Amino acid sequence: MRWAALLALCALGCAPKAVRVGSKNFTEGVILGEVAARACAARGAVTEHRRQLGGTAVLWRALRSGEIDAYPEYTGTLAAELLRGVDARDLRGMRRALAREGVAMTAPLGFNNTYAIGVPEALASARGLRTLSDLQREPGLALGLSHEFLDRADGWAGLRARYGLPQRDVRGMDHDLAYRALSSGAIQATDLYTTDAEIAWHRLRVLSDDREYFPEYSAVLLYRADLPRRSPGCARALESLGGSLDAATMIDLNDQVKRRRRTESSVAAAWLEAHRGLRTAVASEGRAERVWQRTREHLAMVLSSLLAAVLCAVPLGVAAAKRPRLGALVLGAAGVLQTVPSLALLVLLIPLLGIGAAPAVAALFLYSLLPIVQNTVAGLRGIPTALRESAEALGLPPFARLRLVELPLALPSILAGVKTAAVINVGTATLGAMVGAGGYGQPILRGIRLDSTATIMEGALPAAALALLTQALFACIERVAVPRSLRGGR
Amino acid sequence: MTAHGPTAASLVGVTKRYGDAVALGPIDLDVPAGRTTVLLGPSGCGKSTLLRLINGLIAPDEGTLRVLGEPVTPASVEALRRRVGYVIQEGGLFPHLSARQNVALLPRWLRWETPRIDARVAELAALARLPEALLDRHPGELSGGQRQRVALMRALALDPEMLLLDEPLGALDPMVRAELQRDLREVFRTLGKTVVLVTHDLREARHFGDLVVLLRDGRVVQRGPLSALESAPSDGFVRDFLDAWREAP
Repeated sequence: MRWAALLALCALGCAPKAVRVGSKNFTEGVILGEVAARACAARGAVTEHRRQLGGTAVLWRALRSGEIDAYPEYTGTLAAELLRGVDARDLRGMRRALAREGVAMTAPLGFNNTYAIGVPEALASARGLRTLSDLQREPGLALGLSHEFLDRADGWAGLRARYGLPQRDVRGMDHDLAYRALSSGAIQATDLYTTDAEIAWHRLRVLSDDREYFPEYSAVLLYRADLPRRSPGCARALESLGGSLDAATMIDLNDQVKRRRRTESSVAAAWLEAHRGLRTAVASEGRAERVWQRTREHLAMVLSSLLAAVLCAVPLGVAAAKRPRLGALVLGAAGVLQTVPSLALLVLLIPLLGIGAAPAVAALFLYSLLPIVQNTVAGLRGIPTALRESAEALGLPPFARLRLVELPLALPSILAGVKTAAVINVGTATLGAMVGAGGYGQPILRGIRLDSTATIMEGALPAAALALLTQALFACIERVAVPRSLRGGR
Repeated sequence: MTAHGPTAASLVGVTKRYGDAVALGPIDLDVPAGRTTVLLGPSGCGKSTLLRLINGLIAPDEGTLRVLGEPVTPASVEALRRRVGYVIQEGGLFPHLSARQNVALLPRWLRWETPRIDARVAELAALARLPEALLDRHPGELSGGQRQRVALMRALALDPEMLLLDEPLGALDPMVRAELQRDLREVFRTLGKTVVLVTHDLREARHFGDLVVLLRDGRVVQRGPLSALESAPSDGFVRDFLDAWREAP
């Protein structure tokens, strides 16, 4: 027993700690994370890539708390969201501000992923359009802009003012429709991000921002200031990626994943090998293996959170049923917890529990409390007075009454509460993928990102099946655990 | 008022209120040991309240109450309840347990050995005239009369010194009722225990009672053998109550 504990401690503490690279939940982020992780791995560092961890807040917190060691970020995001009051073009000022947070930054990777205006290549070359200023000569050009770009203060309105643009025919439309409208000739220009895969796909020319209107979103890698000490090879590998990826390369890599359906791993590995001479292994696992892995992660999350919730919520429910004032307090608190949006709760838990399964299990545990407490209270309060008094009149002390009479009578209600919690957990656990807990949410996130229904189904179908299975399992438990006299109808 | 004299329970100036309404008392009453006392009266007269006081399910607001020679206090009440069997209205059997498990609940909790429990259950089934084949059924699968027999067995499981019954025949149809009534009296005679039985039914009181206590609005109106109540009613209410039953079909 003691040996086992010691071994477990050793496995956590003594083993060389892996370098962990994180990435945000969008394709370019995952590709860059994969490039960074593989560059480190090629230098012999034990590396782990915790991919598509959600948004900026999750990654930034995880980096500062040491849950991850590095992740790809954009200077514009750093300036606007993470380091207030630092200009996105002032790299030295940015490095100083980052150093105060214990974070270092590589040189820009070589491309700037910002808003831009794209024009079909054929039209652009026919009219000689290269820069946004060139648009002043084209008052008849029809523009189809995304609603967001039209609405933002730093979008169309500012752009028109800065360049003195004369176009009248400006329509708001869905981004996907805009690409279709471009190819049919209904519009001649649209807004896009400078490294969108669609640029290659629809043969668009990106007009350069000659008056520097759009904010600078240069891609960089952030890493913890202590990384060079812990893994000098890895830090050097990250730094060496500075200036190595231009916009055309990034567009091509995005396009390979999005349109040609290659995995981020194989795209990143191929690029590293072709352009940096670094060979890394691409593990390929079959679909069955992948689904089984996700199933294990998902089940572990659901079961551990549910078990902890039962152990906590049933005693809480008993206390709440016996003491009405305490009951109101407990039910109120559990009810408030229930109203916290799951994604917000997950992000709030990261500083306390880091990333991975822990915050997901904690969130699921908190969400499970209300249905179980509520049903325990309802089950106990629903026991007829005659039965409660019978138990008392027999001369059983309170705890024996609870164990022998009251809890068994409340069991159908309590089980129904646990079932509700379990089914909700199976669904909610898919959000765990946002904080790196894996599970069925992983393929769902990836599928949404790549607009691939097949990939979404790889997560959604097993999740639905698991929910049904949970229902069936509880029907069985009920049949075994609840005497027939207490089942249905009575 | 000696510990084990002829008195099984004694109440002196006992009052029970619910809010401002007096449910019972002030009441002075001795329950004689080894005999059957019937608490009789119309519904709402406080007879069930009196039974619940004796069992310690509720505590008096005023007065002193001794049961089996001991004052009823929070500290003594659990041990006392095991010396006083109680059959509540409609039996109060636990639906999640079989008849046998209902009867054996307390012996099992007191860690009696299984053979002793089995012997006791068989003995009680014979006494209560419950076919042993029915012992493994759940209350929902038993008739009303059978349920009352199981409730009686459960109340008698620890061989208590005193037995309290609250309208034990209340919800039964006439045939079953007559049979169970006979059997119950048989049991009371066989055991020779102190019995306190609550009823609103004069015919039941006549059937069971050595001693009748007639209650009205929480007070004792008259007590004594039923023949004494009939020959010398203490006031108009006693006469009216007896007359009402005489006219009943």
